Amino acid sequence: MTVEPSAYLMVGAVLFTIGAVGLLVRRNALVMFMCVELMLNAVNLTFVTFARHFDDIGGQVIVLFVLVVAAAEVVVGLGIILAIMRRRPGANADDITLLKG
Amino acid sequence: MLDAVWLIPALPLAGFLLLTFAGKRLGEPWAGWIGTAMVGGSFLVTLVVFAGLMAEDEHHRTFVQTLFEWVPAGSLSVDVGFLVDPLSITMALFVTGISALIHLYSIGYMAGDDGYARFFVYLNAFVFSMTMLVLGDNFVLTFLGWEGVGVCSYLLISFWFEKDANAVAGKKAFITNRVGDWGFMLAMFLLFTSVGSLQYTEVFAHLEEFGLAETTAMGIALLLFVGAVGKSAQFPLYLWLPDAMAGPTPVSALIHAATMVTSGVYLMARVNPILGFAPDALDIVAWVGAFTALFAATIAVAQNDIKKVLAYSTISQLGYMFLAIGTGAYVAAVFHMVTHAFFKALLFLGSGSVIHAMAHEQDMGRMGNLRKYLPVTSVTFIVGWLAIAGVPPFAGFWSKDEILIHAWSSSPLLWVVGTVTAVLTAYYMSRQVFLVFFGPERWRESQTVAHDGHGLTPDHEPRESPATMTVPLVALAGLSFVGGLLNLPFKGAFHLERFLEPVFEGRLAHLDVGTSLQWGLPFVVLGLAVCGAAVAWWIFVMGRVGRSTVEPELLEHGWYYDEAIASLVDGPGRAGATLLAEQVDARGVDGAVNGVGELVRRAGTALRVSTSGYVRHYALGIAGGAVLLLGYFISRTGF
Amino acid sequence: MFGDSTTVDVVTFILAAAATLAGGFGVVMARNPVHSALSLVGTLFGIAVLFIAQEAHFLAAVQVIVYAGAIVVLFLFVIMLLGVDREEDLAPESLPGQRIAAAVLAALGLLAVVGYQVVDSLSITGASAVSGSASADDNISGIAESLFSRYVFAFEVTSVLLVIAVVGAVVLARRHRDVGGAR
Repeated sequence: MTVEPSAYLMVGAVLFTIGAVGLLVRRNALVMFMCVELMLNAVNLTFVTFARHFDDIGGQVIVLFVLVVAAAEVVVGLGIILAIMRRRPGANADDITLLKG
Repeated sequence: MLDAVWLIPALPLAGFLLLTFAGKRLGEPWAGWIGTAMVGGSFLVTLVVFAGLMAEDEHHRTFVQTLFEWVPAGSLSVDVGFLVDPLSITMALFVTGISALIHLYSIGYMAGDDGYARFFVYLNAFVFSMTMLVLGDNFVLTFLGWEGVGVCSYLLISFWFEKDANAVAGKKAFITNRVGDWGFMLAMFLLFTSVGSLQYTEVFAHLEEFGLAETTAMGIALLLFVGAVGKSAQFPLYLWLPDAMAGPTPVSALIHAATMVTSGVYLMARVNPILGFAPDALDIVAWVGAFTALFAATIAVAQNDIKKVLAYSTISQLGYMFLAIGTGAYVAAVFHMVTHAFFKALLFLGSGSVIHAMAHEQDMGRMGNLRKYLPVTSVTFIVGWLAIAGVPPFAGFWSKDEILIHAWSSSPLLWVVGTVTAVLTAYYMSRQVFLVFFGPERWRESQTVAHDGHGLTPDHEPRESPATMTVPLVALAGLSFVGGLLNLPFKGAFHLERFLEPVFEGRLAHLDVGTSLQWGLPFVVLGLAVCGAAVAWWIFVMGRVGRSTVEPELLEHGWYYDEAIASLVDGPGRAGATLLAEQVDARGVDGAVNGVGELVRRAGTALRVSTSGYVRHYALGIAGGAVLLLGYFISRTGF
Repeated sequence: MFGDSTTVDVVTFILAAAATLAGGFGVVMARNPVHSALSLVGTLFGIAVLFIAQEAHFLAAVQVIVYAGAIVVLFLFVIMLLGVDREEDLAPESLPGQRIAAAVLAALGLLAVVGYQVVDSLSITGASAVSGSASADDNISGIAESLFSRYVFAFEVTSVLLVIAVVGAVVLARRHRDVGGAR
């Protein structure tokens, strides 16, 4: 009995949900970022599963790009967090409310 | 020669423009001479066009000249064009002719006034509007002229606007006219929806081919009559005309006697094909006219102001014209319109001459024996008096009696009303003549010293007016004398009737009165009129009966109609206006508009809750949206 | 290599999946951010193993090197630099209704996806292979062929993106020193 692709997809789905919930619930900026990484990884897993299912290398190439962009995103995001944290040490996501209308 | 018709309104328009920009600089008396020249030129052109029309064969006397397309709006196309036919050229002739004479008169009358140039600007504008009214080839152009004369009337009535009363009179005239105009507009709308065109020739051709339902015709006719009632001062919209005497006398003569007020009669004559389909409407017109004639005559017997007598007399005579229209005697109406223009303008100008000579005094109670001092004025005035009283061979006799004969033919009761009115007319006009030109020189008596700054002192010596004023008087007197020749009731002499017949084809009422009655009735009327004059002689020259007995307050105040209308407007009218202003406008309309703004503001405030500033809320929003999209896609795959 | 032996596949899958999900829970529920980072590493490794199970060897390697090796390290650097390694109090929730809403949405989303999978697995459009076969013997050359021919433009753009990210990071994280005059 081989592992069905749907099993991988379900793992990906659950991992994505975990990441989403974590993003909504946690306040620490860095932890929220890590939850984003979880979601990205779940997506990567899904892509690879489909690459294998449809026998298309394009799925894996996309994952490569996702990886690169995720890296760039982390770099810039952490830079922003650094800049914010320097001004207000110990701030979390709920303290930055300048967009309040 | 017919092609020159566009010059008839163009010349006064040019005069108006020229005097607007250069009038002040030209000053007295050049502004006056230019204005007069323009209108005089217009009259000459009218003569030329008339000659051109006469050169045409009797049955082809309809000429349309289109200048340009004015309103291209979907299925409605209105041109600026002129219709020359016997009716319009008749109107144009006496309008331009009398206007020219009155312009000449005004040069002398308005001399020394601050607004001399402005006066001629307005007068020329008036002549332009009036010529457009009578020469326009469609209802819209006529309406343009209609409104134009209304505006000019307003401007001229309140010419000496520094005095509040004059401005108020001007407003009253304009607003009352507006009520009539509303009727005119509704009639145009109705006409357009039922016929599809507003051009006279097209409409009448359509009516000839397809006819018109009686209810529609009645609606249009009555609505147009509402307009005519407003413009021609019939009951119940007559109350502006007596007040309009606040304007300078040439204005009263031109606008409120000879021309503007006759535009209602012209309109009804013009739409005679429509009236032909609505006989009941014609009855209403006749009775309103007859009633107004009698009503106004009763008021005229008790007026003290020399011009007010003539004002009510005008209303009464206009009533005669509508009576004629209502009985189908269109030619009689037009005939009377022309003769009335002659003698009423004469009477007004004469009274202007009297006022001018009496240091602007207008109360007849302070005049008397003026024939000694104002020979030309009194002779011409007496000619006018004889004409209006209906004494042969003056013009009024022929025209008034033609109307009365047709009235008898339609309904003897109408004839009775008309005759009583004629008697009253003779009476009050005689009264006026005797008070002003005969009897003692009342202003010399110390009890009647000037009390309101008229400058009339007991030792005032009246002097005859200058030539610019007396020449028109003489001219009009001549016309009042020979005017009857236009349409004598003898075989072969019905010139006007033959001329106008093509316009009224088949709709002219035919007399079914025996020849003996045809000759007898006029002389009965004449006899009664002479009795009326004799009564006036007995009262005012012989002094047998006191004036207060024959001039009851009820009549002097016009049956208190003015007061009634005033209280109606002040009471329910004001309440209605307040309701509209406060409830409908402030609460309804403003409420709706402001309400929209308020709604938006509240919606914004409510929605603002979603912009909390918390990143996690925004993330929640995204998550929610994503779940919804997910659900949508899954539903689309349809499992 | 383990072609016929399916039991190994299944066991591998279960273990890797467990590690992945456990790591996920750890990220979300750990109070100390450092613990979160370490759980993340666990997840990443699990994912890498799942990649290998699906014959995406190159990606697995890149995953470990880049993600676990660089990105998580970067996270830890920043955590230590900023001193946010104190434990966070997870109990109170400052935004009312947030947790309930999150739970509901998560349940709905998961239900939708998983439920759909159970009912009608993999019935999607059925597109055919676009860019070359995935089951080539040489995974790397397969990726390389696709990357440098069909997707070369995207490749170039991503490299530009990286440069921009670097510049951005330098600018953002710069400490502003006063020029002349001590403070």
